[in-house]
Amino acid sequence: MRNLASRRLWGRVVWGMVLVFVAASVGNCRGRGEVPKVLRVWAMGKEGEYLAATVHGTIVAGCRVEVQRLPWSAAHEKLLTAFVAGTLPDVIQLGSTWVPEFAAVGAIACGEVSDWRERDLFPGALDTVMIDGRMCAVPWYVDTRVLFYRRDLLERAGFQQPPRTWQEWRQAMQKVRELGAGHYGLLAPLDEWQLLVALALQVGASLLRENETRGNFQSEPFRRAFSFYVSLFRDGLAPFTGEAQVANVYQDFAAGLFTFYVTGPWNLGEFRRRLPPELQESWATALLPVPDPALPSVSVMGGASLAVVRSSAHPEAARELIAALLQPDEQVRFYRTTGDLPVLRTAWEDPGLQTDSRLTAFRLQLENARPTPKVPEWERIAGLIVQYTELVVRERLSAEAALARLDAEADRVLEKRRWLLQRTQAAE
Amino acid sequence: MRRSVALTAWLFLFPALGAIGLFFVLPVCASLVLSFTDFDIYALAHSQNLRWVGLVQYRMLLAEPLFWLALRNTLVFVVFGGGLTILVALGAALAVTSGSARLQAVFRTVFFLPVVTTVVAAAVVWRAWYHPRVGLVNAFLGWLGLPRVDWLGDPNWALPAIVIFSVWKNFGFHMVIFIAALQAIPERLYEAAAMDGASRWQQFWRITLPMLQPALGFVTLITVIGSFQLFAEPYVMTQGGPANATLSLVLLMYRNGFQWWNVGHGAAVAWVLFLILVLVALVLTRIRAHRGWEFG
Repeated sequence: MRNLASRRLWGRVVWGMVLVFVAASVGNCRGRGEVPKVLRVWAMGKEGEYLAATVHGTIVAGCRVEVQRLPWSAAHEKLLTAFVAGTLPDVIQLGSTWVPEFAAVGAIACGEVSDWRERDLFPGALDTVMIDGRMCAVPWYVDTRVLFYRRDLLERAGFQQPPRTWQEWRQAMQKVRELGAGHYGLLAPLDEWQLLVALALQVGASLLRENETRGNFQSEPFRRAFSFYVSLFRDGLAPFTGEAQVANVYQDFAAGLFTFYVTGPWNLGEFRRRLPPELQESWATALLPVPDPALPSVSVMGGASLAVVRSSAHPEAARELIAALLQPDEQVRFYRTTGDLPVLRTAWEDPGLQTDSRLTAFRLQLENARPTPKVPEWERIAGLIVQYTELVVRERLSAEAALARLDAEADRVLEKRRWLLQRTQAAE
Repeated sequence: MRRSVALTAWLFLFPALGAIGLFFVLPVCASLVLSFTDFDIYALAHSQNLRWVGLVQYRMLLAEPLFWLALRNTLVFVVFGGGLTILVALGAALAVTSGSARLQAVFRTVFFLPVVTTVVAAAVVWRAWYHPRVGLVNAFLGWLGLPRVDWLGDPNWALPAIVIFSVWKNFGFHMVIFIAALQAIPERLYEAAAMDGASRWQQFWRITLPMLQPALGFVTLITVIGSFQLFAEPYVMTQGGPANATLSLVLLMYRNGFQWWNVGHGAAVAWVLFLILVLVALVLTRIRAHRGWEFG
């Protein structure tokens, strides 16, 4: 009798477990057959919002798309940690400088360049995702830095056109400075490396050498860009500011504290929204000034791309979703909603993008925007550039000593990379 | 008989010891081993890319200007943040106990509230209060006729701003300990002192403070240890900036370990911090034993 009761009990327990199991497998939708498959996508910030509003819940190649949004500030750690834990989704958004890193750890699927090249991506954008000759992600939107300036102040200082060369730029800044005590030439936040690196790229500096295994900051071109950059602070043309006053950047720009600001497309919307209406006709954008009028204006290529995770169970669906997001019409819609600049040149033929005069500078600058060195260690090296440049600007270290130390520290950061390359060469 | 008792004891201890071993001792040992390797994202890709480097991580760390900056910031925080927390806690405890019983309960609760709020939530609120233009703190300064300060943006003010926040956040806990210790001081000591004509000030120095020694020793120890582990406040409020002015040792460890996945280097930071803490704790307990802090 007792035996029977306990058998019944066991039967119930087993059935309960089966039911729980079935419920669980329906819950994560990863089963076979009639259970719908899920294509999981992780995206950041407003791009994540956009995907959540557009593709979330739609069916792509038999998979239901599920978008998870991440905050930009925690995204990098989150993605790497998820890779280690083996819980990455199928498609991830990657900042342009993260691609080398995720390719190095083998988190994303790299392949041959097929039809993407014909799709007229900006060459610099395609370059950011090409790792060792293989395409490891698909550029989704681009950004680069151009010169934002106050036309009215420049006119008062006696210039009808934005400066085209470094020399003209410096002259313009000096004249603006003479307008009065409250006027500086340029806002160059000390915690950013992008302007200095863009200037270095313009003089043709390669930031790293020997197969990108050593720092190359003592090279002649980098020295030239560095001394020009530092002299802007030393000559009082740019105020010493860090992240500090960036909270007030729109207010300060409106007050005429500075006439030039080198920044990216996200500030187009911010300037429109935050500057007072009477100033809206007075600001414009232009190409970054060049050291030599014969050279094209170069800037740093940024933006983000979409990558297929290597462990994804639905790589086909993932590729199909990415392809859908890279249609010209879709790119224009994406631009209208988020302000992110299209990576496809055909999308730029849209009247909305053509008629905005402030976008012209971006369109031209993007043609000659180049990626930063494609090594996983780049973010750390960029941090070192910021650190040592600030020391020189604040006159705590000579330029000579700073560049030597920068090279030494970059060499140390890249030591592992040297060792790995040597080992591969020895094996061959 | 004895052996079976011991066996039973071990049996009962096993779940707890097992959990501690698995989730504490094992990771700690693993981090020590990791600190002698160059575990990084390359090693993540392939275990062949892992090298045993001995003490190289430690040597590199000691040669790193950022490490010394982080150590300096952390020490400044320990001395000023920790010191101020103890002083404010003691002052609050004295003020609260001198009031009427009902007021005492009210203030004890009010001062203790920040302790039970989450650091992250409180830090987000304080970040808004520290805002250079629309923040509450600057509005107050303006009302007093003092110049505005860019609290979290100015390298000279960011660390003080974090000190102020953490004092506000933490003093309540220590205050409660002091209140308990104050209430344990026998009233007759004060009565006798008053009879002998001791002033309030003399009573404080000769009776209250010596009687508080054990509590003071305990509070100092946990404050110092807690302050060395400064992380959430700068992580939420400044991310270590501006110009690394609020970079603490734990934040440096986090950056190395989780932001860049330089796990070997991050582990070395952790062990250096551990050694510093052991040293500080030893010194503090020495002082305590030397002074014979048990008074009562």
